[in-house]
Amino acid sequence: MRRFTWFNATSLSLGFAFLYIPMIILIVYSFNSSRLVTVWAGFSTRWYGELIQNEAFLDAAWVTLRVAFVSSCIATVLGTMAAYVLVRGGRFMGRTLFSGMIYAPLVMPEVITGLSLLLLFISIGLDRGVFTIILAHTTFSMCYVSVVVSSRLVSFDRSVEEAALDLGCTPFDAFKSVTLPIIAPAVISGWLLAFTLSLDDLVIASFTAGPSATTLPIKIFSSVRLGVSPEINALSTILISLVTIGVVTASLVSKRRIVQARRDEQMAEQTA
Amino acid sequence: MQAQARPAEFAPWNDPNETPLIRFDGVTKRFGNFTAIDDIDLAIHRKEFFALLGPSGCGKTTLMRMLAGFEAPTEGQITIGGKDMAGIPPNKREVNMMFQSYALFPHLTIWDNIAFGLKRSDMAKDQIAARVDEMLRLTRLERFSKRKPHQISGGQRQRVALARSLAKAPKLLLLDEPLGALDKKLRQDTQFELMDIQEKTETTFVIVTHDQEEAMTVASRVAVMDNGKIIQVDTPPRIYESPNSVYVADFIGDVNLITGTAQLGQGGAALLTWAEGQPEIIGTAGEGLSASAPATFAIRPEKVNISESRPECVNNVVRGKIHDIAYLGNISTYHVELPDGQIIKAQTANNRRLSQRMYTWEDEVYLSWTDTAGLVLAG
Repeated sequence: MRRFTWFNATSLSLGFAFLYIPMIILIVYSFNSSRLVTVWAGFSTRWYGELIQNEAFLDAAWVTLRVAFVSSCIATVLGTMAAYVLVRGGRFMGRTLFSGMIYAPLVMPEVITGLSLLLLFISIGLDRGVFTIILAHTTFSMCYVSVVVSSRLVSFDRSVEEAALDLGCTPFDAFKSVTLPIIAPAVISGWLLAFTLSLDDLVIASFTAGPSATTLPIKIFSSVRLGVSPEINALSTILISLVTIGVVTASLVSKRRIVQARRDEQMAEQTA
Repeated sequence: MQAQARPAEFAPWNDPNETPLIRFDGVTKRFGNFTAIDDIDLAIHRKEFFALLGPSGCGKTTLMRMLAGFEAPTEGQITIGGKDMAGIPPNKREVNMMFQSYALFPHLTIWDNIAFGLKRSDMAKDQIAARVDEMLRLTRLERFSKRKPHQISGGQRQRVALARSLAKAPKLLLLDEPLGALDKKLRQDTQFELMDIQEKTETTFVIVTHDQEEAMTVASRVAVMDNGKIIQVDTPPRIYESPNSVYVADFIGDVNLITGTAQLGQGGAALLTWAEGQPEIIGTAGEGLSASAPATFAIRPEKVNISESRPECVNNVVRGKIHDIAYLGNISTYHVELPDGQIIKAQTANNRRLSQRMYTWEDEVYLSWTDTAGLVLAG
């Protein structure tokens, strides 16, 4: 099956080159001792040192993390509730409208979402800052959560919930002790998705952020406009390593789960 | 009809002083324009093992889901133990259900699955443990109590589902095609296990099935359903021997049907004129049969005798040619073609070796049956 051919090798290396050469160059240059980004002047960790002392960057990073954490938590709760109602609620007045509306932010250009939120905040007189960014991020990431969670809800056997009701659960108890544990993986991946979307977002945040709060993407983008500094390379390298650690951990965990499931199946067969 | 009810026999439905556990009074259920249940009256008694039998889409599952509280009747009233069930949600009913898919909780161990309902009652902790252990013993699952549902086999899962639904000692247990996912051998063993458990726990069981053999094996009474209506409710022998309609006769087991015109005879007998130049068939008159009306003669293949020479002293004799032989090991079914092209099936036990078989293809044979072997049914 897995034979080495020149064709396979070429397509693999081409694919990887496209994906990773830009990042590798960025990582390499983050250890450049020169102030000029494109001129190599020897290895140094100088920019990492300067980054740690750069209050503006650290503040922006802290704001970003807070916004991402809070908004993804709210989005997960709201998105899960919306998904549950859409999948399990049967027919109710305005169901079609509601299900259409919830997916609208997925296809809406970010600029429009950002602008409309800005207009809303101005018209109700809300001062722009961390709070408004959280609201904005919750708005667009809850629809991603509800898509992920509802696809899980659709695929799981309704009678498991009915069994819980039949055994004496109130509908809320049934949701809490049966439905939620079963859809937990989808809820967690919905949360992770919302968290990353919020970390990434530049457009909506730049509409809804005020002078008091700047997120990291805004900070990076605005400083790049003044010329790329090696500090940004260092910062990006740190972000890349954080993401890599997260992805590798997640894949290791899921691999272990697959091995466990296979062992369980064997156990079931032996005792059958 | 046969008033041979021995005192020990379990037949509360014949006792006018007995109040039934479950009553359906004029129950109708509609989903939009579709009528799933059409004006049903039904009474089910305590400790009965009651089977709802019918083809898929006949409404048997809807009937059961109304008992569990997952559906509400559009019209009519359902009472359990004398109490009107309207508006009572599933979690407030002393009814438990075993689901077709088993619906085990995948994130809980077998022990916790069985304890799930008990933990939601006001039972003390040590009593719960004792009850769960008792259920594990009853269903022979002690070894698996710490496993998760995906770590056990299909047959074991079926027993967990049963144990979980019995744990709260419900007044009424509903079983929705409980054995559908098991292979034939395991299914037969489990049928007897179910009957055993039903007797031990003295619970009323209502089972939904489309498998007539299963219904006949386990049930004290069977309700045959079609298109949202109950066609006949009776004990398995009566359903088989005295079906009240052509539909029931045809649905349960194998049957020969001959259409013609009925004449009423003496002492519950009836005559069927069915083909020109052929003597009339004599049979037992079915319910609601009227003279000179179209009727159908129904007879089970095992009640038809096959012989080489014309049998003496029997009124019902027809002559035909063997068209086909179905050899099933223990029995053979002969498909005999009558002069007018109709096929009549006759079944004989293979009490001889195959090489000594008396008849073969294209043989001319006589088919005969006694005056009471078959039924003349209206329609």
